[in-house]
Amino acid sequence: MAEQSDVKPKEKINPIHVVFKALGLFIILNFLFTFLDPGSIGKLSLYNSILPGRSRLPFGENPAESYNLSLYNLNAMLASHEIAGAEKTEEEYRVVLIGDSSVWGTLLRPEETLAGQLNQMNLTCGDRRIVVYNLGYPTISLTKDLMLLDRIKAYEPDLIVWPVTLESFPWDKQLSSPLVANNRTAILELIEKYNLPLDPNDPELVTLSQFDKTIIGQRRNLADILRLQLYGFKWGATGIDQIYPESYEPAQVDFEEDITFHEYEPPTLQEKNLAFEMISAGIRAAGETPVLIINEPILISEGKNSDLRYNFFYPRWAYDQYRELMQEVSLAEGWNYIDLWNLVPAEEFTNSAIHLTPEGESLLATATGQSILERFCTP
Amino acid sequence: MSLTQILFFAGIALIAGIFRRPRLRLYVLFTASILAVFALQPVLPIRGLDFWLPTATLALVVFSWFATAPRSARSLRQNWSVLSVLAAVILILGATRYIDLNLPLPVSRPPQIVQILVALAALVLVGSLIARLPAWINSVLTAVLILFLIVLKSPVIAESVSTIFRSINRQSTELASALDIRWLGFSYVSFRIIHTIRDRQNGKLPDASLFEYVTYVVFFPALTAGPIHRIERFLEDLRNPTPINMDGMLIASQRFVIGLFKKFILADCLALIALNGTNALQVHQPGWMWLLLYAYAFQLFFDFSGYTDIAIGIGLLAGIRLPENFNHPYLKPNLTQFWNNWHMSLTQWFRAYFFNPLTRTLRKRGLSIPVIVLTTQVSTMLLIGFWHGVTWNYVLWGLWHGIGLFINNRWSDRTKVWMDTHITTRPQRIMSQICGIVLTFNFVALGWVFFALPDPQTSWHVFLTLFGVTLG
Repeated sequence: MAEQSDVKPKEKINPIHVVFKALGLFIILNFLFTFLDPGSIGKLSLYNSILPGRSRLPFGENPAESYNLSLYNLNAMLASHEIAGAEKTEEEYRVVLIGDSSVWGTLLRPEETLAGQLNQMNLTCGDRRIVVYNLGYPTISLTKDLMLLDRIKAYEPDLIVWPVTLESFPWDKQLSSPLVANNRTAILELIEKYNLPLDPNDPELVTLSQFDKTIIGQRRNLADILRLQLYGFKWGATGIDQIYPESYEPAQVDFEEDITFHEYEPPTLQEKNLAFEMISAGIRAAGETPVLIINEPILISEGKNSDLRYNFFYPRWAYDQYRELMQEVSLAEGWNYIDLWNLVPAEEFTNSAIHLTPEGESLLATATGQSILERFCTP
Repeated sequence: MSLTQILFFAGIALIAGIFRRPRLRLYVLFTASILAVFALQPVLPIRGLDFWLPTATLALVVFSWFATAPRSARSLRQNWSVLSVLAAVILILGATRYIDLNLPLPVSRPPQIVQILVALAALVLVGSLIARLPAWINSVLTAVLILFLIVLKSPVIAESVSTIFRSINRQSTELASALDIRWLGFSYVSFRIIHTIRDRQNGKLPDASLFEYVTYVVFFPALTAGPIHRIERFLEDLRNPTPINMDGMLIASQRFVIGLFKKFILADCLALIALNGTNALQVHQPGWMWLLLYAYAFQLFFDFSGYTDIAIGIGLLAGIRLPENFNHPYLKPNLTQFWNNWHMSLTQWFRAYFFNPLTRTLRKRGLSIPVIVLTTQVSTMLLIGFWHGVTWNYVLWGLWHGIGLFINNRWSDRTKVWMDTHITTRPQRIMSQICGIVLTFNFVALGWVFFALPDPQTSWHVFLTLFGVTLG
């Protein structure tokens, strides 16, 4: 009699079953994924462990050359920044810079930016070394700045420096930054927390449907996070985080005979036309941490129609009135405010009326450093 | 190939695989393959060229069949059906110039129909002539194919040809570039044709109908990135199809999905890190440079072996077994084994049609073994380098591997007895194996420096950085 084998015959696999099971699992995973906060995935990061943290927030239109990219996941952006991996010591006086592209440093290498130059000045506040972090981001909106300020409290800053410019104040600029528009939840929280006069149902704020929260709906977000990690290797290897062109179009100095500013016309720019509430909210958000507000330098051109306009952004009447308003509001509210609007000569601007050359940044860093020492480090 | 194209062709292969009748399956594969020649051709800036190059591919295939087929099978009357289908496809695609259907092929606006008709008439004449010529036409065809390869692979010559084409077309010659002449799959098509011509000359070529021959040479899964399969096995599968069953579909799908994962996930992610002509000059620290180089080594492997897996998977869906191209090459303990397992179909082709005949010739001349080994290894690797491109860096890459293979051969020869007597225990053998793998992988990775970069100066900079040498 033949010996019976204990080995069970190999079960045949039916590919149709495999397909159906895979499909089922995929649908379940997508469904479960909708319960995850889409932003929370960004907290997983290779930066500050395997990879060196970035010295400014990720931003870039041409990742293949700049080794950097624009994404909307605030957690991923902050997790990639060097501040997320920098443990604060008692010897450190931590200064965080927020603001627009002039702070982020368009066309400037990390060491040439305002933060970079302040760090090279080796300033001390009492017996603590001043360490400056660049958390600027290249879109102009006070609400965007406020959103970042609200998040960076977690990094225990001793001082927040907030360079601003008139272009970031109009109400129509507040939600137009893609970073703001794609972080609706964060903006709604800010509106509620600080009673901001912004419309929570503004169509500019991107609302996610249930499908948008699935893995398929979040594929762009997920791919961006992955690419941010991968480009981190090139950033680590080269220290490059933007394209430095050999030549660029210089900032415009000749203008049309146009004196409108957004939808406003002379003679008066009123306080209600500008989003001062965002600065108030920022100062409240900072809590005990002092905030230094700087009216950042602008290009004062001497070209055609420069008697009407300072530069591409600003007609003279509007900008002059803005400066007066800033002065009045700051005094009334007790803000730490300095006006450095005309600090930098016209030749030290690059491709925009607010972007500086390394030399221009050096002038700004000297004035900013001096203000920090005088206002916050003098017993 | 884009993901959409890959999925589309997988669907076509599945349809072909379901047919039980060989003839029906052949028709599907034939039609899909000739359409793929046009659909996968990249858009070119020279007007009409992205239509003429696929047409030329099909013409070359037909000519080579007329040159290699038995004389009795060559008559136009016997093959009118295939030739009519080919002509009809070309004419229909050409006619899309006059109807705006927004079809994915041809990839851009075709030339005028009159030009196409004249070209077809000329091709018929040349074809009839080739069919009547004696066996020496095979050598002429081989020479023409090699000439085309030299033109396509030499940036300087390709640019000159582009200038000529541009001036004929009255387009700006200042914009002429070697990239204007990207001829889809020509490297693989030409090697398959040369294989059939050589086998005909050696009397080894099996008889194939024109239908079968065209399908073999431009078989769509293997058109863009190989493997370079052999005709006899292809015909065997084509003529004796095993209709795809559930198990077969599972194996094919598994292979296909693994290929997609390797190509579109692993390789494409590694591409963001890998060494290239731009970042080579931006990195100044050895550690980072090694990382970029290793990323390139794995990107290349996953990209190429991923495409092979996809091709094999699609082939299996259609009931055609394509040969393996990679067998864990980075886990081989010496360079000879690496080359026996990397792009295997290409190395086998060179072994069969260049290395072995050259070795036999040199042996007959009574040269010493080391001289024969050095000559054959270096010349074979140089040719493989030229197959990738006629540039100084590919010459250096070929030399790197040719000399490496020679050293490996001599080393193995000299140390074999010592190794057999001294490395006897299992741990010793494992250790020796690991050392061999590490050494071989790093040798190959260093060779990729030449492969990845555009010129010797940049490669030299990378070598210095890798070893922490700073000049000046």
